[in-house]
Amino acid sequence: MQFLFRYANPHNFMRLSGAVLPFFALATVLCLAAGLYLGFSVPPDYQQGTTIALLFIHVPADVVAEAAYGAIALCSLLSLVWRHPLSDTAARAAAPFGALFTALGLITGALWGKPMWGTYWVWDARLTSFLLLLFLYLGYMALWNAIEDETRAARAAAILALVGVVNIPIIKFSVDWWSTLHQGESIISGKIAPVYLWPLLLMMTGYMLLFATLWLIRIRTAIMERRARNLMQGGPA
Amino acid sequence: MSPFAILLLRDTKLAARSGGSAALALSFFALVATLVPLGIGPDLRLLARVAGGVLWVGAVLSALLSLDRLFQGDFEDGSLDLIALSPLPLELTSLAKIAAHWLSTGLPLTLLSPLLALLFNLPGPATGFLFVSLLIGTPAVSAIGAIGASLTLSLKRGGLILPLIILPLLSPVVIFGAGAVSATLDGLDGTGALELLAAFSFAAVLLSPFAAAASVRLNLGS
Repeated sequence: MQFLFRYANPHNFMRLSGAVLPFFALATVLCLAAGLYLGFSVPPDYQQGTTIALLFIHVPADVVAEAAYGAIALCSLLSLVWRHPLSDTAARAAAPFGALFTALGLITGALWGKPMWGTYWVWDARLTSFLLLLFLYLGYMALWNAIEDETRAARAAAILALVGVVNIPIIKFSVDWWSTLHQGESIISGKIAPVYLWPLLLMMTGYMLLFATLWLIRIRTAIMERRARNLMQGGPA
Repeated sequence: MSPFAILLLRDTKLAARSGGSAALALSFFALVATLVPLGIGPDLRLLARVAGGVLWVGAVLSALLSLDRLFQGDFEDGSLDLIALSPLPLELTSLAKIAAHWLSTGLPLTLLSPLLALLFNLPGPATGFLFVSLLIGTPAVSAIGAIGASLTLSLKRGGLILPLIILPLLSPVVIFGAGAVSATLDGLDGTGALELLAAFSFAAVLLSPFAAAASVRLNLGS
């Protein structure tokens, strides 16, 4: 906690994030390049053929889409309990990326579904819950934008994010109960062949780093924006 | 009379007398149910098949109509400040408002549903499941709706953003409610879906007042 509070100070945060940002960006590029190279040179799957390559773009997007909501929820909790303005900024900055990765997951999933399932869209459990996740992101961002007073907007959005966290497992369960076609997970249970696993893990790390890099940039931009505004109003930077 | 009962009675009366939100919701519900056969054709077998889903979606949308005024009216004329000052905790205030909203929309919608089900040629047992599922599911709509209403209570155009916020959260209600009806149509037992719906509804009514109270507090600036 003590560590967290030290970097909740925008000044310290700017120093630390400025120092690590180039390394994050470099690691992102390396992971994505290696992952894409390996991913597109794997042997065709016995069932899916060459469309297996889409796996390396699709699955990491979905993982990041969910992780981003987790990040928002964590920031919201920190903001509601300890009232750190920086965690509000961080939560707000993560939302568009969450929505973007959710959309990316849906689009790549549809492109994969056409040759494999014979249709772009099926009302399957996993697809439907991701569509709902996209709407949750959109609602969250809309609430942020609708309330003018920034402190109130932050706290309202934080409450909504936490309500969403309680609700997401229930939505997931209810949608699963409703219909299922999407294949189950194959990574933790070890059902995936190692030749596919390595590029997938590389791509997942790459996507996570990409999200982290973009997120840091967006938080930094928001902080600088606020400083600029304060300066224009004649206050302290 | 306890403060809770006073508030419940006041809000129910206000809903009934000012504009008649129950009548509005009921006409909207009936209109949606009328437009669907116009859209998909008068085939009675098809209509019976989709009745559960259509009526559930229609009921949720009708309940949404009056939701944005749940806290807004009291916020604008200042009575919400007075209510907040009263000995009644804001959590119970929210619960009273949820109950009043359900009494003036959810309950009338439920009572109307068998008639609309008749127009959709829904068989008797399935109609029973529709009625019971609406009876136990609509409190969750009011409860989760109250969270959205309290989050947007200071917004002039809160009614626009409210559905975007709460409709995704309401998907389990529609799934279990309409699921109970379609299971019965398929000759399966619909009680499993009803039990899940009851569990969801119970949890929603129990937990939502806390979230709603927290966001009323932040909007009152205390």
